[in-house]
Amino acid sequence: MSGILLTVTRPPRQRLDLSPLLPERLAGATLEAIGAIELACGNRRLRVDEVFALAPSESAGLVIRNGDAKLDHVGHEMSAGELTVEGDAGAYAGLAMTGGRLTIRGHAGPFAGAAMQGGILEIMGNAGDWLGGGLPGERRGMAGGLILLRGDAGQRAGDRQRRGIILIEGNTGDFLGARMVAGTTIVLGAETGRYPGFAMKRGTLLLSRRPRQMLPTFTDAGRHELGFMNLLTAYLAPHSVKLAAVAPGLMELRRFTGDAAAGGKGEILAAAD
Amino acid sequence: MNINGVAIEDTFAEAFGMRATRLIVTADTAQWAETAARSLTGFATSVIACGCEAGIERYLAPAATPDARPGVSILIFAVNSKELQKQLQLRVGQCVLTTLGSACFSGLDAPERVKLGGQLRYFGDGFQIAKKIGEKRYWRIPVMDGEFLCEDEVGMTRAVGGGNFLILAKSRSAARAAAERAIGAMTKLPNIVMPFPGGVVRSGSKIGSKYKGLPASTNDAFCPTLRAETASKLPSEAAAVLEIVIDGLTAEDIAASMRAGIAAACSAGESGGVLRITAGNYGGKLGQFKFHLHELMA
Repeated sequence: MSGILLTVTRPPRQRLDLSPLLPERLAGATLEAIGAIELACGNRRLRVDEVFALAPSESAGLVIRNGDAKLDHVGHEMSAGELTVEGDAGAYAGLAMTGGRLTIRGHAGPFAGAAMQGGILEIMGNAGDWLGGGLPGERRGMAGGLILLRGDAGQRAGDRQRRGIILIEGNTGDFLGARMVAGTTIVLGAETGRYPGFAMKRGTLLLSRRPRQMLPTFTDAGRHELGFMNLLTAYLAPHSVKLAAVAPGLMELRRFTGDAAAGGKGEILAAAD
Repeated sequence: MNINGVAIEDTFAEAFGMRATRLIVTADTAQWAETAARSLTGFATSVIACGCEAGIERYLAPAATPDARPGVSILIFAVNSKELQKQLQLRVGQCVLTTLGSACFSGLDAPERVKLGGQLRYFGDGFQIAKKIGEKRYWRIPVMDGEFLCEDEVGMTRAVGGGNFLILAKSRSAARAAAERAIGAMTKLPNIVMPFPGGVVRSGSKIGSKYKGLPASTNDAFCPTLRAETASKLPSEAAAVLEIVIDGLTAEDIAASMRAGIAAACSAGESGGVLRITAGNYGGKLGQFKFHLHELMA
């Protein structure tokens, strides 16, 4: 047995906390032992085998089949290995993960990749609000790693981002990169909602189109060819066919600096029109 | 031993442990990348007075550089890591940062690191931007033609400096031709540089001097004009001696380059005017590395 397959057979009525199910923790454990792990579900605790059918898997790592939007905390603090959700995931997917690869083949709920510090989080569908953001009350959002979102993101993606790269192939909601401190968030979709970069101190928002509605506290610094774009697109091209296709159009960018209300050292780079 | 009629003396070159790094300098055009590299590696012939020894290792096509632009690979050698750090900061700061359209990257993956952009970033006066891409961190330093992109740290390795051999010839033109053949063959090899002008040094030195405070002075034993007044090591027909000094990342790299260089210097045979190949050493007491010519050319 090289991997473990958990198939949801009795979907939970309440939200189910999957944080104990990490590939690095389950490696080497017997199916009986895994089945006996207790998961928080609302105000009750459920054994893994009350929700999932357990089976060995040919593919490496941990696979969760029949994913459901009620499955929260998938890959919480994951540090190594591979975890794949075939279907949707709930809130907090990849929360504070430090390594490994978490793949969600469906949609993810809010706070996906929040407080992430390392590893790769890939979401094939859409993500909810606060993608790569920080938990309420925390001063910092994502602080490392790579988020690849194939679909659209909700509001406040990259909120308080400190480091790392978020690549969104689709569109985003309002307040993209709000309160950003550093790092890079890239949006390939045409729509980036209202007020990207609200209160950003530093960091880079790279957009395939100039935002429709921009804050007055961002200032146009003109069109530029920036040398680091070659490195960034070369690094991300293997992760995103869509980025590789549009990369030539990102060599010349219009640079807006802001948010002047928060120091003004951040930048929105938009493909020059 | 002789090769094509050229005598190979039974002696050895003596070389020393050094610290080295490799930089990749890129620019908008190959010409400007070379301009930056030549400026950076200027006045870097000998650690005796230059602080470091440096040279161009090879020219890189855009496909071989981190930012897909034409580039030059440079090796820099210093006596210790502190001096290497100092020379990197001075030379990249004054010669690459200042060159139009340039960027500078680490060309050596090694666990030991020295700062590069991490020091130069202060030139940005607070407007500099750090970008971590993958495992590497870069600095975007605003300059008047856009941004100077510079890797935060470069790898550092233990290396070998001072591999050498001397070409004794009947005339200066014969010595020059042989040295040019040798340099032509050696510059094709990786991991080495010949730090002297054109790769060749005509003012070989001995340790010490009759003048107080001078650490080195002319190697009178190899000066053909002094044959009559000093303990000359030159055969009577010798009229010119040229030395080729090699710094390499490993002893094997230096050995390979000496082998190629000596073979090329001897390739024209006796008719080429080359009399003898020898090497410089200090009796074997100072350097950690010895390159015996007969073993190399066996």
